[in-house]
Amino acid sequence: MLELVNLSFQVPDSTGKPKEIIKNINLTLKDHTLTAITGPNGGGKSTLAKLIMGIERPTSGRILFDGLDITDMSITERANAGISFAFQQPVRFKGVKVKDLITLAAGSKLSTAGACEYLSKVGLCARDYINRDVDGSLSGGELKRIEIATIIARNTPLSVFDEPEAGIDLWSFNNLIKVFEALHETSENSLLIISHQERILNIADEIVVIADGLVKAQGPKDSILPELLNGTEGCKFYQ
Amino acid sequence: MDQIQMTLLEQITGLHEVPAGAYNIRANGESVQRSTTAHIDIVTKEDKPGIDIIIRPGTKNESVHIPVVLSQSGLTEMVYNDFHIGEDCDVTIVAGCGIHNGGDRDSKHDGIHSFYVGKGSRIRYVEKHYGSGEGTGERIMNPITNVELAENSYMEMETVQIKGVDSTKRITNATIGDGAKLIITERLMTHGSQYAESEFNVDLNGIDSSTNVISRAVAKDDSRQLFLAKINGNQKCAGHSECDAIIMGNAKISAVPEITANCVDAELIHEAAIGKIAGEQLIKLMTLGLTEAQAEEQIVNGFLK
Repeated sequence: MLELVNLSFQVPDSTGKPKEIIKNINLTLKDHTLTAITGPNGGGKSTLAKLIMGIERPTSGRILFDGLDITDMSITERANAGISFAFQQPVRFKGVKVKDLITLAAGSKLSTAGACEYLSKVGLCARDYINRDVDGSLSGGELKRIEIATIIARNTPLSVFDEPEAGIDLWSFNNLIKVFEALHETSENSLLIISHQERILNIADEIVVIADGLVKAQGPKDSILPELLNGTEGCKFYQ
Repeated sequence: MDQIQMTLLEQITGLHEVPAGAYNIRANGESVQRSTTAHIDIVTKEDKPGIDIIIRPGTKNESVHIPVVLSQSGLTEMVYNDFHIGEDCDVTIVAGCGIHNGGDRDSKHDGIHSFYVGKGSRIRYVEKHYGSGEGTGERIMNPITNVELAENSYMEMETVQIKGVDSTKRITNATIGDGAKLIITERLMTHGSQYAESEFNVDLNGIDSSTNVISRAVAKDDSRQLFLAKINGNQKCAGHSECDAIIMGNAKISAVPEITANCVDAELIHEAAIGKIAGEQLIKLMTLGLTEAQAEEQIVNGFLK
């Protein structure tokens, strides 16, 4: 499904010297799986997600999607090739309505009822939201759910979620878990979720631990999660 | 009217045929069609070009359309339209000007609209400006709108200029009486080497009078815009002005809000923000499969909607 080959990413630090954020990562994601990427803050998880979507470009290495080399493709080309991306902090727009955004995501003319169905899946009462602007009048939790509704509407082979739990309340979080479970059970698509939350890691098939720009561990949930839950202090992946 | 004039009419009024209710259609400097109703009269001025629109007290749920179209290159006109609106009315007024200039001489329409709104009346006023034509002659519109709102009256004014007007200088002057309210929403887009200036002067003279002046503007290419909003609070009143602008290419935008409180109970606020389209907005729409150009268009259209 997705292969990262010798992938590296550097940025200049405050003195202008190159700083390595992603260090020669090799990683393969299997078809039809829910993979969770976890690890300490600043370890390179979000950067890796942005490299996959094309928001950042690697310094070296290749990215293969279903065997196709997408390394030099634009964001738009990757989106059309079948990759979706849910932002950690959803973007606000003046004048773009919730329905507009979901219709753009679905890629075709969508009836109000059709758009409402996606909103219902993320626990929003569609009638209250469909004609509202995606702007500052919505709370962080509402924006997050709308962001996830756009990903469901896209229905692509791969969906990348960058810390979906960030900025949402507990009630929304419980529902979020159900949304991911339902997405995983009802489709053949693959999900890649970046998360710190044990409950998200717990519904994953595979877990990848990334720290200091390196893959510290990768494997089935049952073998990785117990080690992670031993506590950060003693976790060998974090050392 | 010919096809070009019909197209202009459709652009500025959204109408595909002759409107219902009262109307006056002006084409190439002459009144070509007119209709009045039992409550709304339209009379040609005798001392200068233009019309008087007389709306009787108590007129409710009626509309007046007074579009102007110019398709003759080089035509220049100055028109005076006065709206005398009685007490306790509830009326929608649709004006607007469309210029098609296929020649090399400048075409220009300067309209002066004056509204005298009676006590307790509610008016919705919509004005659209549009230009087309391949000619090198400029399409110029300089509208002046004067508004006098009597006690407890209410006016909502929507102005739109999205395409094709090379030069515009718009001035809106208003005096607001006791308990009256004026809401102005302006949508403006300039491109190429166009120039647009929009000036608002609102005097809040009445006790508990209020106004809200909202401008959304997009300047593309080498175009320039100047937004001036002056609100004077002369009594216990509330005034708010807001200019929100997107700048693109080599465009230049100035926003000059000015608020003056001449009374200790005047509450006045101004806001102005100018900036380019946020990069993250473009990226979000690109992750939905839009190209950068399509994303930009979507954002601009939404912003001006």
